[in-house]
Amino acid sequence: MNSASRPAPVGGPIVTPTVVVAFALAALAVALIAWRAAAGLGATTAMNDGYPWGLWIAFDVVTGTALGCGGFAIALLVYILNQGRYHPMIRPAFLTSALGYSIAGFSVLLDLGRPWLTYKIPFFFWNWNGDSVLLEVALCIMGYSMVLWYEMSPAFLEGAAASSSPGLSRFAKKALPIVKKSMLWVTALGLLLPTMHQSSLGALLLLSGPRLHPLWNTPLLPLLFLLSCIVMGFGAVVVEGALSSRFLGRQAETAMLAGLGKAMLPVLGLYLVIRLADLAVRGQIGALFAFDLYGAMSVVELSLFVAAALLLSTDERRRDLGNLMRAALVLLFAGALYRFDVFLLAFQPGPHWSYFPSVTEILITVGLVAGEIGTYIVCVRAFPILAGHAATTRDLRGAAH
Amino acid sequence: MSISRRMALKVLAGTAGAMASAAISPPSCAAARGKHIKASEAGANAGMLYDATRCIGCKACMVACNEANDLVPDGHLSEDRWQSPLDLNERTKNIIKVYRNDTDGTFSFVKRQCMHCVDPACTSACMLGALAKREHGIVTYDAALCVGCRYCEMACPFGVPKFEWSKLAPKIVKCELCNHRIAEGKDPACTEVCPTHAVIYGTRDELLAEAHQRLEGQPERYVPHVYGEHEAGGTQVLYLASVEFDKLGLPACGDNAVPDRVRAVQDTVYQGFVTPFVLYGLLAGVMLRNRKAGGDDDSGPEEERS
Repeated sequence: MNSASRPAPVGGPIVTPTVVVAFALAALAVALIAWRAAAGLGATTAMNDGYPWGLWIAFDVVTGTALGCGGFAIALLVYILNQGRYHPMIRPAFLTSALGYSIAGFSVLLDLGRPWLTYKIPFFFWNWNGDSVLLEVALCIMGYSMVLWYEMSPAFLEGAAASSSPGLSRFAKKALPIVKKSMLWVTALGLLLPTMHQSSLGALLLLSGPRLHPLWNTPLLPLLFLLSCIVMGFGAVVVEGALSSRFLGRQAETAMLAGLGKAMLPVLGLYLVIRLADLAVRGQIGALFAFDLYGAMSVVELSLFVAAALLLSTDERRRDLGNLMRAALVLLFAGALYRFDVFLLAFQPGPHWSYFPSVTEILITVGLVAGEIGTYIVCVRAFPILAGHAATTRDLRGAAH
Repeated sequence: MSISRRMALKVLAGTAGAMASAAISPPSCAAARGKHIKASEAGANAGMLYDATRCIGCKACMVACNEANDLVPDGHLSEDRWQSPLDLNERTKNIIKVYRNDTDGTFSFVKRQCMHCVDPACTSACMLGALAKREHGIVTYDAALCVGCRYCEMACPFGVPKFEWSKLAPKIVKCELCNHRIAEGKDPACTEVCPTHAVIYGTRDELLAEAHQRLEGQPERYVPHVYGEHEAGGTQVLYLASVEFDKLGLPACGDNAVPDRVRAVQDTVYQGFVTPFVLYGLLAGVMLRNRKAGGDDDSGPEEERS
């Protein structure tokens, strides 16, 4: 590997206005979390017995982990499809994934009514209910969060090895070879776990089948959730790459990002074909044009996926960084909308129930995401995560294929 | 390299294919596991029969339920003064509701509480089995195993489990068929106090026989159907009424047990947890092969940087 694509700390000031704003929002969230802990779920959220799952599940967990599938998508590309030229994207993608999954896990703790019993989920294995899809999701997400931080650990250990503290440096130098040797087996687990729980996030709603709107009520939910999380993962990496080049003074990795755009297309196409074929087989195409909220939202959702595919359709379009960024954002929005539609719109508890998130719910979610962005910036400035100048001729050649 | 790539694609395609075929295969393959009881095997389970045509709406059952279960009665008044509270909630495990249609003059009371499904959605959802079918097939709740995730509320097609939103250590609240009274040899409180015997307690078989006898004896009195005999795979609480059941808030939710569909998908994909192990082996195998074949920088994770 040439020196140009070796990861290195970005450097520069740690405390910037962006970081300050991000952590201020996070601090506000912490205060509100304290209030939620003191006053209970009923007083602080808009959730109710009709809509027992709200913004924290639909966004922080279901959408947030899909946005955190960048690590999964890039690892599939690099380690399974053997596209080594994307290797420089692994570390930043794993970092966003590790942060995204950690936030999701934290949000679950906020959302649970009896969070002090959470330890029983992994440890009380004799009580495990083999039928429970949620148990599988919970165990997989717990396991995968640990896998992601393990996958990130070489970056932190390399940072520690270069530190001025001799003890820390000696420890890091000893640990690094062991970590690296075991990495393949952990990375394979890091591919298995998201395959399982991202599909199972869709399977969760199969149990609500009798109360799910027919436009989304299909036994293919797990497959549609899996395919859409992979395209969302690629989308997240493209957005993050484009933003890093814009705001952290990095050379734009356009060629490599264009390659990702191309890699997304078949998965995106497969998603659209299956979604439409499923609607056709179940006789629900007509419901798309019923001129009600459900038909309209499905059409918007599908149109966004199609628009993203069109924006990525030619080599020329993919090489335009602005266009690529637009496509990725449209895709992230499409995937998020699909998840919101399934978890909040399609789910119909009955006529006298309604839900719109409370200000507290929204501000906590905003604060957690802001904290995630702030932590990302601090990490890439302090540790070897982003590749040096990725857009070398070698990468250009590679990504053109 | 091309071999490993093809193999990798096969692995991924195989997983996706399994998911697709799982979605298409009929739910019968899940039932074939035999682990989950069918309605025909639940005859001896405890249940109730509610005959809406005998109910006079006195709500004595609601008072008795609150007393038997130490519930503080919900005194909030809703717009409809007769019907307060409007529905089951964190302080109401049993409720009498009224249906009236002024245009065609039809009218009926309906009692709502847990249906005690033969194969319930809530127990299938519950991670650690806080909600589980315990003695006499009664669906009971053990707070020590509940993390408060509320997936049971998402799952139940009848909207029965409720959550103590107002509390700091919230529990799930639902009818447990007075299992504490049954253990003492008593009947469920609501069946004990009902002055017209509109709701009676018994085994599912006894109650089904009684319901069909009433249908045959007075066909003009009833909608010709025992609600709960087949609905959602069968429930242990059964209903007779003179008004269509969906108007009383009892949904037409199909005759398959709600968990059948998710079991069909999960069982086909996971094959008794063989699939994850095979997939892990294949993924690790492909990665090893790629590392060996790829040589320098196309190798396994992080290796090249040491």
